[in-house]
Amino acid sequence: MRPISRVMIALAALALLVLLTVPIWRIDLAAPQYPEGLYLQIYADRFEGDVDKINGLNHYIGMAHIKNEMFKEFIYLPRIIMVLAALGLVAAAWGRRILLFLGLVTLSLFGLWALWRMWDWGYEYGHNLDPRAAIKIEDQAYQPPLIGHKQLLNFDAWSTPDTGGWILFGVMALLAGVYFMEIRDMRRRSRAVRET
Amino acid sequence: MNKSFKITGIVIGFSAMAFLMMNSPGCRPGTTRTAVTGDAASRVYVAPGTHDEFYNFVSGGFSGQLAIYGLPSGRLLREVPVFSVDPESGYGFSEETKPMLTTSHGFIPWDDSHHPELSMTNAVPDGRWCFINGNNTPRIALIDLGTFRTHSMIEIPHSAGNHSSPFATPNTEYVVAGTRFSVPVGSEAERDVPINTYKENFKGSVSFIKPEPETGKMSIAFQILTPPVNFDLARTGKGASDGWFFFSCYNTEKAYSLLEVNASQRDKDFIMAVNWKLAEQLAKEGKGKRAPGKHYSNWLNEHTHTVESTIYEDVLQLDYREHPGLLYFMPCPKSPHGCDVNPTGEYIVGSGKLAALLPVFSFKKIQEAIASKDFEGDFVGIPVLKYESVLHGEVKKPGLGPLHTEFDANGNAYTSFFVSSEIVKWNVEKLEVLDRVPTYYSIGHLMVPGGNSAKPWGKYVVAYNKITKDRYLPTGPELTQSAQLYSIDGDKMELLLDFPTTGEPHYAQAAPADLIKPREVKFFRIEDNHHPWVAKGEKESGIERRGRNVHIKMTTIRSHFTPDNVEGVQLGDTVYFHVTNLEQDWDVPHGFAIKGAANAELLIMPGETATLKWVPTKVGVVPFYCTDFCSALHQEMQGYLRVSPRGSSVPLKAYTVSVDAEL
Repeated sequence: MRPISRVMIALAALALLVLLTVPIWRIDLAAPQYPEGLYLQIYADRFEGDVDKINGLNHYIGMAHIKNEMFKEFIYLPRIIMVLAALGLVAAAWGRRILLFLGLVTLSLFGLWALWRMWDWGYEYGHNLDPRAAIKIEDQAYQPPLIGHKQLLNFDAWSTPDTGGWILFGVMALLAGVYFMEIRDMRRRSRAVRET
Repeated sequence: MNKSFKITGIVIGFSAMAFLMMNSPGCRPGTTRTAVTGDAASRVYVAPGTHDEFYNFVSGGFSGQLAIYGLPSGRLLREVPVFSVDPESGYGFSEETKPMLTTSHGFIPWDDSHHPELSMTNAVPDGRWCFINGNNTPRIALIDLGTFRTHSMIEIPHSAGNHSSPFATPNTEYVVAGTRFSVPVGSEAERDVPINTYKENFKGSVSFIKPEPETGKMSIAFQILTPPVNFDLARTGKGASDGWFFFSCYNTEKAYSLLEVNASQRDKDFIMAVNWKLAEQLAKEGKGKRAPGKHYSNWLNEHTHTVESTIYEDVLQLDYREHPGLLYFMPCPKSPHGCDVNPTGEYIVGSGKLAALLPVFSFKKIQEAIASKDFEGDFVGIPVLKYESVLHGEVKKPGLGPLHTEFDANGNAYTSFFVSSEIVKWNVEKLEVLDRVPTYYSIGHLMVPGGNSAKPWGKYVVAYNKITKDRYLPTGPELTQSAQLYSIDGDKMELLLDFPTTGEPHYAQAAPADLIKPREVKFFRIEDNHHPWVAKGEKESGIERRGRNVHIKMTTIRSHFTPDNVEGVQLGDTVYFHVTNLEQDWDVPHGFAIKGAANAELLIMPGETATLKWVPTKVGVVPFYCTDFCSALHQEMQGYLRVSPRGSSVPLKAYTVSVDAEL
């Protein structure tokens, strides 16, 4: 591996650690009577933002109240991130391409898993409604969008990566770049070997 | 026949001629029409969703309240209850706010408020507080501009009408209170005297009230007893005249009857100059005497949401006769109302309401006259400075009935003229009249944003009128009060807008919205609520009997009360509803109202606790409900309280029945 690749991998690993302290995803809600908007931020270990206000609104339509305790993920997500970062640092120190490949695959799987968990939670949260809610609308579910915009009753909801999400994508892009650079090096070298 | 035709013809001819003459211009006084310039509407139009540029704090006069308008739109934003009870919000009725209106005379549920005054830093409004005076039962109130609520109030002893108030020193070290009426003071025997011994036995007083910079609690630092005159208005010196205070006085005739005539005899009354830095020093050195004078200082404790009262038994007084150099009189024609200090502090303008000129005094010349003892004589032991020696000059024939002057940042003054019903713009240095505009009708005070400060914002002058007549849709014998907004950006003043006002707008202040908006409190943090009966969650709600008193700790959240069923209350009990609004969001107050409440309802802000006392009068079940539309289920926000006969065995309980229990 090139030294620069190893530096890049180390940086990517350290960048992953930032995910422990910054919000990873956010959901924004807007309605005419909420000109200032409402938002929910998802950190590795907790929710932040207008949780109480959103719970207050959800109470009418029978959605469960969002509490940090509901999610086992908040306990082991930080640990997973630390393991991934450690893996990255080992790969940088060791300098083997196979580790880089494994890291990239693991990280992609992790990303996919996280998105699936979010979708699954959103589905559960939006469909499992209290049958005695004050406001009941036929066939209306309140699943928040996984990414992008959705209309939920009188609210516009947007779901977007927050700082941590962008860092995660950045890390994946960086590792992919490093990986393709290394693959190109390998091919060139094997071509050079073949031509001699 | 012929003759009668002729006569009839002549009569008809004459009548027609008379009719034509009467209705031709120039033969009949015209009625006032205003010509506003074409783009006036766009200059006062504040588009939906956008904000006004200035907050305008306008006195409610006999309503006892403080009204908040936006400028330039003239829209009423809020009426802050200050001296008068307000059943709409429960102010003066809730157990927490009753002490605010308590005085040495007992509970006084109204007053007559005249002059708002913004707190200042370096002689410029800082947007923190607004003071206003209670004229009738002498008091000063402090309104917090974070919450727009009355935050503290102090009663002023040895005063009999707090008109000359509550003007502040440049850093709000003090706000002053000069008595409008002189009265006999002292022991009971000294106070019980024939009215015609006014000259011998009556005294005036000016008080210096200190608001604590951190808490806004007020106390009287010192009081100066003065000869028996009527104090009208006052202004602080600043810049060049920092450390001095100026009070206009009338009735130097010392009249006690038919003042209309008897107090208008002298060609000149006075502006009293007070060396307040000296007074402060004398008070600190213990040179004053403590005189009996019971008074209340009331203050809203923001941690308990409850007003606390401190009762003072006496007050520190300084006798001007023992401290030469404390007071000086400057002759001022004639029964002056306003005495206003220009932004640099060098010039003091007296507005003698019966005079046909405007005297402008120079602070430099005042100091020189004091140093060289250039006196005309004395008035009850106070030196009277020679008029010509302290005069910068007079504005000749400015108008009739000058009342009050404010300033812009360009060296100009704006004076209101009550009798000639106009605003006159003039240059302070040159004493030249520059422009005049009519007002509709009979202007009292006027106001330029920051116009009493060291740095006026200018832009507008607002006329606060005394008479309305035909300017608005009529509403019976009593018409709306009114104000008018003029642009002062150009050389000519331009009328832009009339707007109606509540109560009687005496004086007003204005400050840029950007100075006030950042201070805004959106709700009270529930974790900071230390009310003795707070329920910080539904689990903390409950009920308790203490003798014949029943205390209910109740919570509100969209859209239910906890508890909402109460039983075990008996005739002869007094019930206290301690209602905590659990919401932690902006603009979600809840109301509380119960049938037969003889006092008021409550409006409880998010995170606040308020208490309503209620005495049941009949056996039966009584509903209570939320009066402030709070959500789609507001109409469901209700509860029942059962009242049983005295001695009934129904156990005391308060509960809510969840939907599961009903199944």
